[in-house]
This record gives sequence, structure tokens and C-alpha cells, in this order.
Amino acid sequence: MDTMTRRRFLKASGVAGAGALLAGSGAFGVHELFAAAQSRPLPAGTGVLVVVTLYGGNDGLSMLVPIDDPAYHDARGDLALQASETIPLSEGLALNGVMKGLAAQWRAGHLAIVRGVSYPDPQQSHFVSMDIWQTASPGSPSGTGWVGRWLDVEERASGHDPIRAVSLGPTMPPFMAGATTSAAAVAPGPIRLPAGVLGRAYTALNVSRPDQPQAGVALSGADLAAVASQLGPTLAGVTPSDASTNDAGALGPQLDLVARCIHAGVPTRVYGVDLGGFDTHADEKATQTALLGKLDSGLGTFLASVATAAHPVTVLVYSEFGRRTHANASGGTDHGTSAPVLVAGTRVRGGFYGDEPSLTHLIMGNLAVTTDFRDVYAGVLTGVLGADPEPVLGKSFSGLPLLA
Amino acid sequence: MSTLRSDLAHLHRRLGFGATAAELDAAETAGWDATLERLLHPTGTDPGVTATPPPAVSMVATKGDPGSPERKAAGQQLRAQAQALTAWWLARMVAVRDPFPEKLALFWHGHFATSISKVRQAALMLRQNEIFRAQGQAPFAQLTLAVAQDPAMMIWLDTLKDTAANPNENFARELMELFTLGVGTYTEMDVRAGARAFTGWSFDRTTLAFRDIAKRHDNGTKTFLGTTADLDGTDVVRIVTGRADSARFLTTRLWNRFAAPATTTDPAVTRLTPAAPVDVTALLPRLFGDPAFRAAKGALVAQPIEYAVGALRQLGLDPAKVRPGPALAGMGQVPFQPPNVGGWPAGQSWLTTAAALARVTFAERCVRAADLSSVSDVPAAQRVSATARLLSLPDGFGPQTTAALQAAGSDPAALVATALVSPEYVTR
Repeated sequence: MDTMTRRRFLKASGVAGAGALLAGSGAFGVHELFAAAQSRPLPAGTGVLVVVTLYGGNDGLSMLVPIDDPAYHDARGDLALQASETIPLSEGLALNGVMKGLAAQWRAGHLAIVRGVSYPDPQQSHFVSMDIWQTASPGSPSGTGWVGRWLDVEERASGHDPIRAVSLGPTMPPFMAGATTSAAAVAPGPIRLPAGVLGRAYTALNVSRPDQPQAGVALSGADLAAVASQLGPTLAGVTPSDASTNDAGALGPQLDLVARCIHAGVPTRVYGVDLGGFDTHADEKATQTALLGKLDSGLGTFLASVATAAHPVTVLVYSEFGRRTHANASGGTDHGTSAPVLVAGTRVRGGFYGDEPSLTHLIMGNLAVTTDFRDVYAGVLTGVLGADPEPVLGKSFSGLPLLA
Repeated sequence: MSTLRSDLAHLHRRLGFGATAAELDAAETAGWDATLERLLHPTGTDPGVTATPPPAVSMVATKGDPGSPERKAAGQQLRAQAQALTAWWLARMVAVRDPFPEKLALFWHGHFATSISKVRQAALMLRQNEIFRAQGQAPFAQLTLAVAQDPAMMIWLDTLKDTAANPNENFARELMELFTLGVGTYTEMDVRAGARAFTGWSFDRTTLAFRDIAKRHDNGTKTFLGTTADLDGTDVVRIVTGRADSARFLTTRLWNRFAAPATTTDPAVTRLTPAAPVDVTALLPRLFGDPAFRAAKGALVAQPIEYAVGALRQLGLDPAKVRPGPALAGMGQVPFQPPNVGGWPAGQSWLTTAAALARVTFAERCVRAADLSSVSDVPAAQRVSATARLLSLPDGFGPQTTAALQAAGSDPAALVATALVSPEYVTR
């Protein structure tokens, strides 16, 4: 895939990086920044959650392959992977062969694969289903995301902190927006705020305002100043040409930045990163292989890096839906329902969770749902964040025992 | 506050990218009705259009093995053309005398959101963009069919790959969910029947003209939204755009982008929703003439493209020199690269910390390049009001921004940069 990406756009624009744009504006004092970032480092042993969103609908059957099931080969035809293209796990299931890093995590007992995950009456619209996954509210629309509601709880308990959760990239996914607080959206590269007279005016400008949407403009400016002081030194080493969220190839650099923050003791508990391009209606095999390869190499490198960090790190990987069991005539697959969710990290209890959906008992051509995604969320809220899942997810979800 | 000048500034921000001080002076003389009419239906040749001809982009053949020199050269050519196309549209938006055709094209680009990341060919993206410009006020059924049968959309949503043996649902689903009807107004069975109807659609690789390949078409009977027949794609477009749900859906979309955030049951949407199929030419004057439109001042957050284009127009800056591309990437909206088929987000989604950084960086860059004599040539005590005039903010600034502008002192660059990132300017 040779896509016109934001990263290439930046390069093609003839601009070396944000530093060139900012020439002439005053830089924050690095020593002050380090002092600020180190004034409240994340206490050792505090769990960190990294949420990886796969946009477009990841084909679960080509990630966790029912390689021994004849129904899989019948349904997928030329799209079906052969045993030689997979890495066997157990129970007749295998990982796509490009997922060598995650296979190693599995062998080390650090990869949980939750099977058949979705929600009752799965929706096949990208936007509705992604909204449901991000708000964790299948029954009725919600204006808040599941991590956002956790942020609201933390804010009430411990006060406002704009970097309690951080999303990499210019826009912020809805799962990180709460009712009263949201994650910071952080683009890689140095954060240099205006200095001198403009700097003073900018600070004065971003005092709170009574009415939306003006209040949101001021808050984003005020939070930016906080982000600059807390994350500035960590971000300074990464130029925009290294990382960008809309670039399908950029998951690795996003995760690299997360690893730097974690090693630096940045007091962020939840990070959001993403990888797009999974809407494989046509010519799926090459695209899916390339995307899973990027996911695997990004996660493999990241998990190895943070294995030595002072904070146990858990990664959660999900998509808005899996894909139709039967391939279409374009060498691709249409929108489906349930799919596996991956949970990885040194504190994860590896193995399978949830039942593998049958390939012969389909519902309108789609896989059945065997696990509710909110039981996965409840498991990480409890096990990683030490949080009570009830204010975030309601009463019914006790959580899978994913974490040791 | 509702003075005529403030209403006209609002009208220019919504139908265009924000007036210059001189445009607002002229509009005040002409009055509301004449200004609305001139914005909606400009006459004569626009010198800004003449001055910004589209770039010479052409279909690039992508031959050779991956990694081969010829493949790499093709990739470079595609990227160069994409860059030229993006720079051209921004320059066009900044240069035009009559901004509404461009603003409406930007609306349709977000509505029928198609990205060059998959289409790859700048020539095809330009072709689609010209449809939005030439047919932006055409009947909705006609515009939808033109977009559906144009190569960029057929590549973007895989219509080309549809065959009778096993149709591909991508276009049929998004046509209903995102382009015409809205989610919840059709069933999964309609998606599957719709996909069968679009089988056989293609285009000629040389002329780029639409082709209907009969042997690939599924000519069986289909039941789609209650109609049972051997339907084809043209029938499906006619059926969906003829439904009442489509009129309400499109009216909601237009109201959200041009007036204020609203759901499909908002009173203004209900009042304005016309009969289907929608006649856009008749709907737009009613929408902009509605009292709720005039009352929606300040209800929107500026989209990054309209924000940047507006600032460049008001400050008289050449986008080729200021190069707003990286700032737009930082704010999350690059022309021809919507994040997905749902288009760009709106409202608070633009107010991230990352976007705040990109905005203030852009503002600093603008004031360094701009001629600020209209601010610097007046006595220090009048510079705040001169700044408000330069940026066409007739209602001035609230107490918080006024305090910040006082902190900027009498330095014209600091005053204008502060105003450019002020909540009063970023919302509209």
C-alpha cells in the first residue's frame, strides 16, 4: 500500500518539521520542564493501560485463524490462510503468520485472546459500532466514553489533571472524552508555546469562560500549557516526520512515544493509539497481512521496551467489528460482528477467554457473540487501573480475570 | 448583540470564510437581502477563479513490481500531484471573490467524504471536486448519482469490484447511512439488496466515463426499501433520494455545517425539511433566511480549513508563502484527506490540545508575514478595535479576551495573534 499520508504530506510540503514553523518563537526552559515533569512522577508499580484502536473493522478470522476447521476454508476460499501461513496456538486456532511478536507473547504467557467479543444485536455500521465500543453504551447513545467516565471519577477524587489520559495525534477518540474532563491530544514534536508579550497574552486568554463553545477553546489552550510543562521534554525528541496517527504505518512511532513517556515516569495512566485501514472489502489478503504485520511489529517492540519499566503496562487491542464469515467476490469481506480482543502485558494471564464462535451456526452469515466487550473493559479497569467498573459500565459487568 | 454589521459578519463566516473589513463595509451598504443574494448567486467572472486554474494533474500509471524504480517514480509523481492539488484548492479558497461555491464544495467534500489516501490519483480527486463545484446546487438526486458514477467514489467504496456472483456491500451501505438516509432508516437486508443493484458499475480507464457492464450485473429480482424489481444502481439512488428520510437527513447535515449543531428532530430542521427529492437550490435560501440561522451566531467551532482560509483572506496573505498545510495537519483537517467515509468531526472535536498548539503556531506565522499597518497606524488606544475590524468581529471581544489583549499591550503582532486564537475568533 502506497498511501498519501499525513506524514508524507508534511514532507511534501517542504517543511522539515514543526521546529521550522516555530523558529523565532520562544522555547520553554528545558530545566524547568524537567522539574515540572518530575515533581509528581508516576509511582512505581502503578499500572498503565494502552488502548489500541483498529479502525475499519479488523477481520478476526484472519488474525486468529480456525485453521483446522474445514468450514473456514470453505467460507474463505482463496482468502483462507494455509497452515504454513500461520503460527499454531492450541484448540485448532492459529495466529496469522506475520504475528511473530504476539506469538512470542503468547508463549511467554503474556497474551490473552478474548474470543467472540461484541455486544447484543451487533451493528454493522462503522460509526454506530465504533461509537458503541467507545462509549460502552450499546442500548442508548451516550455523550461520554468509557475511559472518559473513568477520568470523571478520578477528577472528582483527585482533581483536574489534563494528562491523566493522553491520545497521540491531533484528534481525540470519543472513548477518552468524559462529561467534565477529557484526555489531552498530543502530537509528537516539540511543544513550544509563544514567549514574551504574546506568551503573557496567551496565558491571560485561556482563563475559563462561561459558555460553550468558547469555553472549550480556552480550556484547550490552558490544557496545552499544562501538557507542555508535563510532556514537553519527552515529546521534544520526536519530530512529526517520525509519527502521525493517520499514517497506517505510524503505529510503531506512536507506541515509541508512549514508551518514552512511561520510562520517563510521566504520570499518565491511559494512552490511546490507533491504526486504520482495516475496512477490507476488496483485495483483503495483502492489505490485512500488511496491517497485522504493522500491529505486530509495533506491539512486539513496545512490549519488549516497557517490560523493564517501573510500571506494569497492559495493552488492549480492539476494533469496531469483525468481518463477514464468507468472502465476497472482490477478494474481501463485508462488515461482520464479533471478533477477538487482545490483551497483552507482563501482568496479563495469558490464554483464551470466551468461547470460539461456530463457523457453521451463523446468524445472517455472521459469527455469534460469546463475550460482551464490557466484561473485557471491566477486567482492565479493575486489574490495570484499580478502579471500580460500576460507575463506568453499570452494574452487570464483573470483568474477566485477565490480570494477575 | 445583533447589529446589521454583526449579522452580515455572521453571514460571511457561514457562507464564506469570513469577510474582510472592506467586504463588510460594502455588505453594510448593500444590506442583508442583497448580500445574501450576492453570496448565494454570484454573477460575472470571478477574477480569483481565473487567477487559480487547477493544476495540471493526470492519471499516473502505477506499473512495475513493488520497490522497482518505475513504481517508486510513479509514487513520487502521485505524491507531487496530490500536494499540488491540495495547495491549489487552498489557494482557490483564499483567492475567490465569491466564496460560497467553494464553501459548498467543501461541504459536499465532507458529506461524500472521499480520501486521496485510497483513490491515490489527484486527477480523479480533482474530477470529483469539480462535480461539487459545478453541481453543488443541483437537485440532490442528480448530485448523488453524479458522485456515485464518478471514478473517485467507485474506487473509494469498491463499487468497481461488485459482481453478480458475490456483491460488495461497501457503497450500498454508506450511500444509505452516510450520504442519503442516516442510520436506522433501513435494514441489513436493504444493504444486501442495494449491493446487488450496484453490481456491474465501472468506468472506462481511458475516458474515465461511467460504464455499466451488463454481464457483471445481477439482474435478479431484489426487494429494496419496499420496492421489488430488477433494480440497478440508478434505481437505488433514485429510491433513496426520493425518501422523506433523505430530505430530513440532508437538511440536518446542512444545518449542522452552516447553522448550528442539531439532531434530526431539531425544530429548525423540522421546519426547513422540504419534500423529497430535495431541491438544494430552493432549500438554501430558506435555510439562510430562517430566523434561527441568524440567531446561531457563535454556535459553531470553525473547521480548521475555514479558520485558516479566513485568516489568510483577512490578512491578505498568500498561501503559497505562508503554507498552511502543516498547520491544517496539526489541527486535523487536510483537504482531500478526510479521516474516513464519515467525513470530519465537528464542534468540540476540533478543540484538542494538539489543535490549540497548531492554531497558535499558525497565528504567529501569519502575523509575521502580514501587513498589519491597519492596526499599527492607529493610536495605541484604538488598536484593539482596529484588530476587531481587521478580523471582522463587529461585536468585539468579551471581558476575558479584552484583558488578554491588554496584556498584549500595543504590539500589533501580539494583538492580532492573540485575537486569531481567541475564543471569539475560533468559534463562529
